[in-house]
Amino acid sequence: MSIEVANVTKRFGDFAALKDVSLHVNAGELVALLGPSGSGKTTLLRVIAGLEAPDAGSVLFEGEDATTRHVRQRRVGFVFQHYALFRHMTVFENVAFGLRVRPRKVRPARAEVRRRVTELLRLVQLEGFAKRYPSQLSGGQRQRVALARALAVEPKVLLLDEPFGALDAKVRQELRRWLRRLHEEIHVTSVFVTHDQDEALEVADRVVVMNAGHVEQVGTPEDVFQNPASAFVMNFLGTVNVFHRRVDSLTPAADAVEIQCPDELPAGSRPARIFVRPHNLEIDTHATGKPSLRGRVQFINAAGPQVKVEVLTEFGEVLQVETSQERYQALNITKGSEVYVTPKEMRVFFDDDRPNSA
Amino acid sequence: MAAIVTDARSADAVPGTAVRHSSALVRWGLVLAAVAFLGLMLILPLVIVFCGAFEKGWQTTVAALTHPDARAAIRLTALTVMIVVPMNVVFGIAAAWAITKFHLRGKSVLVTLIDLPFSVSPVIAGMVFVLLFGARGLLGPWLGTHDIKIIFALPGIVLATTFVTLPFVARELIPLMQAQGRDDEEAAISLGAGGWQTFFRVTLPSIKWGLAYGTILCTARALGEFGAVSVVSGHIRGETNTLPLHVEILYNEYQFAAAFSVAGLLVGIALLTIIAKSIVEWRMQRSVRRDVDGGPAAQVASDDIGSEQ
Repeated sequence: MSIEVANVTKRFGDFAALKDVSLHVNAGELVALLGPSGSGKTTLLRVIAGLEAPDAGSVLFEGEDATTRHVRQRRVGFVFQHYALFRHMTVFENVAFGLRVRPRKVRPARAEVRRRVTELLRLVQLEGFAKRYPSQLSGGQRQRVALARALAVEPKVLLLDEPFGALDAKVRQELRRWLRRLHEEIHVTSVFVTHDQDEALEVADRVVVMNAGHVEQVGTPEDVFQNPASAFVMNFLGTVNVFHRRVDSLTPAADAVEIQCPDELPAGSRPARIFVRPHNLEIDTHATGKPSLRGRVQFINAAGPQVKVEVLTEFGEVLQVETSQERYQALNITKGSEVYVTPKEMRVFFDDDRPNSA
Repeated sequence: MAAIVTDARSADAVPGTAVRHSSALVRWGLVLAAVAFLGLMLILPLVIVFCGAFEKGWQTTVAALTHPDARAAIRLTALTVMIVVPMNVVFGIAAAWAITKFHLRGKSVLVTLIDLPFSVSPVIAGMVFVLLFGARGLLGPWLGTHDIKIIFALPGIVLATTFVTLPFVARELIPLMQAQGRDDEEAAISLGAGGWQTFFRVTLPSIKWGLAYGTILCTARALGEFGAVSVVSGHIRGETNTLPLHVEILYNEYQFAAAFSVAGLLVGIALLTIIAKSIVEWRMQRSVRRDVDGGPAAQVASDDIGSEQ
């Protein structure tokens, strides 16, 4: 079932949580709402669920206006960050809840409930846990019970609020991949909220980047990562080095730094931010002839597939540089070494936030 | 430099033991003081009540308790409790629900109002009802013409007791329901449960021990309320005398053994209440602890996806 959010505004007192937000989610899609805390992503999810009523705008399911429809009638499965499992019920009873509270006429028979719950527990890989109480499960297991419970009512839409937020890093990674596979298996339209960009980029078909109550960019993970539409998106998705410079059409950035800017930039020098990802900075022990920044190595972290080098430039800026293990070995640099850093690829955003690419 | 450090350490060691020594002294001193105070103020009076009750032999005690006036007082008190406690349970749940699960304007005003009966003297509470429903009260003439008796009758006693015991259930539930948040209810509703289904299947089971605790306290207070009831009851023997009022009457008539016998009955009920309260408290703590650290089985079940595949 497709979801259409049209011009939704929501205020809590003086705080505008959502400002005229519009969004389309295709049927069967897995979409991530990504943003820092306070960006309105959870509010948007709750508005879609019907747990929060928008002040203005509407929510459409499959083209039908569902704005005034009660949560109960929306047929959404909602998974909470802190699981919200019913503590006094076993895993089985939790999953069966949605079936058992149905009006008698549409309530499945006892055997049918048992069959469905068993099937769902198999789907979330918790077959042996039916008789346990939530308190006897680990965080990851609890979240999978919550997911099974939400799926039991055969929702048209699955909404997950920071589903892995309360779990530790390793479990989170495993569950992430598992959710991806699960979605491929059941193909229910899903929207999940996260503040973790890795999670969004890894799991989602499309990512909605939110900031301060509005949508900054919508696109595939590759799209938003490679072609960020704003300085905010660039900044939010991964580590990035920022240079504050004045930029004009032809000459390099103003304060005598050889940060080269592309020719197609509009004429007239304007304050701008130049963004360079750590892996787009090339590091060398000699001046290469290309425009580069001179600096000293401040810190090296070689534990990982990529070596992270921190460089303090002659202008007092600290740069994060990422290079391969092979290159690191060849360079033979240590803390205190003099190095030259050359940007390979950069993006320029003028301070009035007009996007432009390098 | 090194010498200074050593000096500082050795200088430190002496006051360290002194502190530990004096802290033990303080601890035992405080424990002793507390026990002595409790003995004097609580245990001794209790012993005296029971001694007084059985002073003239158990026949007197039984006679005092089976006297028609005493039986009427027991009946009236029981009836009052049976009306007041359910009312306050319903009110307490409703108030706690409204305050904790909804965005509500003037929430803090409501919370403060609920506390009012704790801060107002019960006698004043009784007076308020007399001024409102008494013969010369605000609604007195209207009630008179319609032949409705509130003051010096059961309704007045019930009203006064309700007022005094109003906060117990709500006070107990508000922090509990606040801590639990709204997620469980929202989960239930999103799964298709109706309002009553959500309440009976999700909310009530998770607050049951807090509710039991509040109900017990409410019952205890309703049984023993004296001040407010004394003002509105009119002390009509066999009709509007509750147990505490009956004790007072017997005492004023110098029937000490009888007075202590009835008092002993009240104390006995109070002791039972305390035992029930401790059991509930223990269960409540246990269920809280189970929620927090997940109990012994949680450690065993800490495997996740990876290890299961």
